[in-house]
Amino acid sequence: MVDPADPSQQVRIPIDKREPVRRVALATSNYTEPLRQLAFMTYLRNSVFVTVVATLITLLINSMAAYALAVYEFRGKAAASLAVIGTLMIPITIILVPVYLVVTKLGLVNSLWAVILPGAATPTGVFLLRQYMLTLPKDLIEAARMDKASEWQIYWRIVMPLTLPALAVLAIFSIMWRWNEFLWPLAVLTKTEVFTLQIGLNAFQGDLQTQWHYLLAMTVVTLIPVTLVFVFLQRFIATGIGSTGMK
Amino acid sequence: MADLKLTAARKSFGTIDVLHGIDLDVKDGEFVVFVGPSGCGKSTLLRMIAGLETLTSGEIFIDGARVTNLPASDRGLAMVFQSYALYPHMSVAKNMVFALENMGLKRAEIDARVTRAATMLRLTDYLDRKPKQLSGGQRQRVAIGRAIVRDPKIFLFDEPLSNLDAELRVATRKELAALHAEIGGTMIYVTHDQVEAMTLADRIVVLRAGRIEQIGRPLDLYNKPANLFVAGFIGSPRMNLLPATVLSAEGGSLRLRIGAAELVVPRAAAAAAPGAAVTVGIRPEHIAVVPEHGTLDVTVDLVEHLGGETFIYAAAKDLPQITLRCDGQTPSSRGEAISIRFSPDHLHLFDATGAAIARP
Repeated sequence: MVDPADPSQQVRIPIDKREPVRRVALATSNYTEPLRQLAFMTYLRNSVFVTVVATLITLLINSMAAYALAVYEFRGKAAASLAVIGTLMIPITIILVPVYLVVTKLGLVNSLWAVILPGAATPTGVFLLRQYMLTLPKDLIEAARMDKASEWQIYWRIVMPLTLPALAVLAIFSIMWRWNEFLWPLAVLTKTEVFTLQIGLNAFQGDLQTQWHYLLAMTVVTLIPVTLVFVFLQRFIATGIGSTGMK
Repeated sequence: MADLKLTAARKSFGTIDVLHGIDLDVKDGEFVVFVGPSGCGKSTLLRMIAGLETLTSGEIFIDGARVTNLPASDRGLAMVFQSYALYPHMSVAKNMVFALENMGLKRAEIDARVTRAATMLRLTDYLDRKPKQLSGGQRQRVAIGRAIVRDPKIFLFDEPLSNLDAELRVATRKELAALHAEIGGTMIYVTHDQVEAMTLADRIVVLRAGRIEQIGRPLDLYNKPANLFVAGFIGSPRMNLLPATVLSAEGGSLRLRIGAAELVVPRAAAAAAPGAAVTVGIRPEHIAVVPEHGTLDVTVDLVEHLGGETFIYAAAKDLPQITLRCDGQTPSSRGEAISIRFSPDHLHLFDATGAAIARP
């Protein structure tokens, strides 16, 4: 053999004494290293907290708004519905700065609530649930009225249980949106202890070089929860999306 | 239990008037049926009483108290919907309990009421089932049970039997009549089926195009319809209504030309002038087949043998088809020429506006 540094010199090595310098193997260190270095568990906890709490708030607020727009009678109902649907046309990038200013004034910067609250009421969710509630038989609502139910009881005990398929769809959407959310958390979260997973992953990406092996490995890890959600809830997605269309 | 009073109740949707001033008194414990063709406003009227529809003008009183602007939940009425409107996610028991919980009753009282209603309606074995696990008739009974447990001031029924098959409808109709006899509540029942109206009602309110045509006991409506519409609507098969012209009026009776024949109507109270166009009404059972010299000579179009009775549909010159009802099994066949006789004691006479001018 020849050493490139000194080509004139021949090196003799017995064939069975060779030792490989590189090898192809499962690089588990790509997973274990960042999990040790990075505050992965903190990020995971933050992400789970944001996703779960935000989804719950979204379901509650959106279903209440949808109930008002679909079932409750009040003046200006059509205008209110239009206004809600109209906000679909405004992308997040347009309102990023004003919302950031509001969040700052409220002293919420670097708090997970800053991620949760501004996006809790989604026009998509309100519209989805409203359309579903409109398909509920009017007789049921009137029967409940005759049964001395208050508006809250009609909402909570009659309309909500019957809207479950649509709520499941919205829950799945909300979980995906929140888990994968990047731009807004990046704007309002600057301290590592409040980072969500997606922001944490961003740390592997520097100005000059990107640690692709860690970035990709951790991306796989962050995909697992959403995948599990799909595995377990796909039944609801299929039936829910089907039944939101027609009943 | 309560009485109900409506004064000049009107309802308009936009520029369309649905009800043109309804005045109605329903006595405590009475079973009143609103009947009329579809679109006559009977369901709207019921929904106005329930509080599910506002009044454009007029007043509603329950037990003397004005409830016109009271929301449905505060009127203390119970309604059985055409679609039953059972809460699909709740068991039979929960369906019945829901209203009682909203009323804030004690657990023991709720249980007692549900047990009593379930026993009365033979639902005890189904209390844990969901509505979709029940048959149509059972769902119907749950809907009625949900009304009974409330112990409402007035029961409202919106075409409750129209989703049942014919056999079940007859059975449920009898049960409803028995139920009213048992609990004796004030009941208001909407239907387009005049048989239901005749069999169930203490009093029938016949509606047409948002107006009350006649109010009365079933047999009064049958025997003494106030106008052409009621005459044609009440009774199955319907009354024969035949156009006629007045020939002469003498001593309280009228001589008419009807088709090719002449007919004398006694007791024509409001005498019509000779030449006036009138309508003669006669029920199918008041026409008899006679050997000869009847009122009219007709040709048999169709015969329906039902065993216990026979319907003959016959054609006469210049007249609409005439229906006859004969007891027993009358031998007759298509194309046969027969002579028929109108029983003079059962002739109805209506003037050109449709109002009755002579009644039996």
